[in-house]
Amino acid sequence: MYDSGKIIIGIIIFIALFTFPTWYLFTSGEAAPMPDLVYPENEDQKECVYSAEYMRASHMDLLNEWRDIVVREGKRTFTTTAGKKFEMSMTNTCLGCHSNKAQFCDQCHNYLEVNPYCWDCHVDPSQLENQ
Amino acid sequence: MDVTRRKLLKLAGLGALGLTAGKYAKVFANDAFTETTLSEIGTGKRWAMVVDVRKCLVKEDCRECINACHITHNVPNIGNTKDEIKWIWKEDFENVFSDQENHYLKENLKDKRIPIFCNHCDNPPCVRVCPTQATWKREEDGIVMMDWHRCIGCRYCIVACPYGSRSFNWQDPRPFIDNINSEFPTRSKGVVEKCTFCEKRLAEGKQPACVEACKEKALVFGNLNDQNSEVRKLLKENFSLRRKPGLGTEPEIYYLV
Repeated sequence: MYDSGKIIIGIIIFIALFTFPTWYLFTSGEAAPMPDLVYPENEDQKECVYSAEYMRASHMDLLNEWRDIVVREGKRTFTTTAGKKFEMSMTNTCLGCHSNKAQFCDQCHNYLEVNPYCWDCHVDPSQLENQ
Repeated sequence: MDVTRRKLLKLAGLGALGLTAGKYAKVFANDAFTETTLSEIGTGKRWAMVVDVRKCLVKEDCRECINACHITHNVPNIGNTKDEIKWIWKEDFENVFSDQENHYLKENLKDKRIPIFCNHCDNPPCVRVCPTQATWKREEDGIVMMDWHRCIGCRYCIVACPYGSRSFNWQDPRPFIDNINSEFPTRSKGVVEKCTFCEKRLAEGKQPACVEACKEKALVFGNLNDQNSEVRKLLKENFSLRRKPGLGTEPEIYYLV
C-alpha cells in the first residue's frame, strides 16, 4: 500500500473524531442534560384527563383524536374515566393547566428533536403575553 | 320439458333482468334531488342568514360585522388585494347580484356596498372538488365546514366557488394579525380559509360574531327548518334575493332589498 502511514493515521483520526460524542460521555462521566419539566401548580385541577404514563406516551394520539372529534363530529366535551368533563381544546384545556409551554412541551420535544407543527396555527397564550 | 337453446337464453335474460329490477326501480322512482331535499327538511337544523340591506345601508361605511368577525377568527389584514384574506367583505350591489343586470337600478342601491359571506350552499361546489375532504357539508346543520389540518392548499375550492368566498394563505398570516385571539387558531401558509358560520360560537349557544356586532340588526341568523324562526318569518314577509341562484348551488344567505 502506498502512503500507508498517512492513510492509517488519517483513518485513526477520523474514527476518533467520529466517535467523540460517545467516548467523551463515557470518560467525562457527565450525562447529557435531561429534560427539566415544570409541572403546573393548579390547586383546583390536580389530575390530567388520563394518567401521566398514558399522557407521556400517547398525548399525540389523544390530541389527534380530539382534533378529529371536534372538527369532524362537532363534539367538544370529553369525559374522563372519573366522570370529569373537559373541553377538547389544546389551547384552552391543555395549556390552561400546562401554561408554560417552554418549560413543559418544549423540554421533551427539544430533547427528542421532534417538531410538532401544532403551534404553526394554535396559539400559545403565554407567548402572547410576552409580546 | 324439453329446453332448447333459444328457450334457455330467453329464461336467462329474464332472470338477469329480474335480479337488477330493484336498482332500476330506484333510479326511475326518485331522482337524487328530491331524496336529499326531503331528508334535509325531515332532520335537524338548517342554519341560514338573512341580510336586510335596507338596514345595512343606514350606515354606509360601517364595518362592525367585518371587524368583529376578523378579530374573533384571527383573520389577517395583509393590506393588498392580491394576498388579502376575507371572511366578510363588501362589494357593489351590481357585482354582488351580477345576474340582475338592470340598467335602471333603484337609486338607493346603485353603487352601494353590500356585505357578502360564504353562502353555506346546500349544494356546495367547493365540497365536490376537494380532493382530501378537507371541506364538507355538515349533515346536521348544513354548515360548509373546513378542516384546516387536512387542507393541502390545492385551491380547487377557490376555483369552484362562484362567490369568491375562499381565500388562500400565500404566506404565514401571523405577522399580519394585530391582536391574536388565543381562543381561536390562526392558519398557516398554504391553507385555504373562509367563513364557518361561527360554528364554535354556535356550539357554545351564541349567535355568530357578525350578527352580534351589527348595531342596526341588519343580520338575522336562524334555523330554516323551524317554521317559527325569525329567518323564516322574514322570508315569508319580504321579497328576498340570493346570489347567482341560476347556478344551482342553493346559497343560504338571503338578501332583503
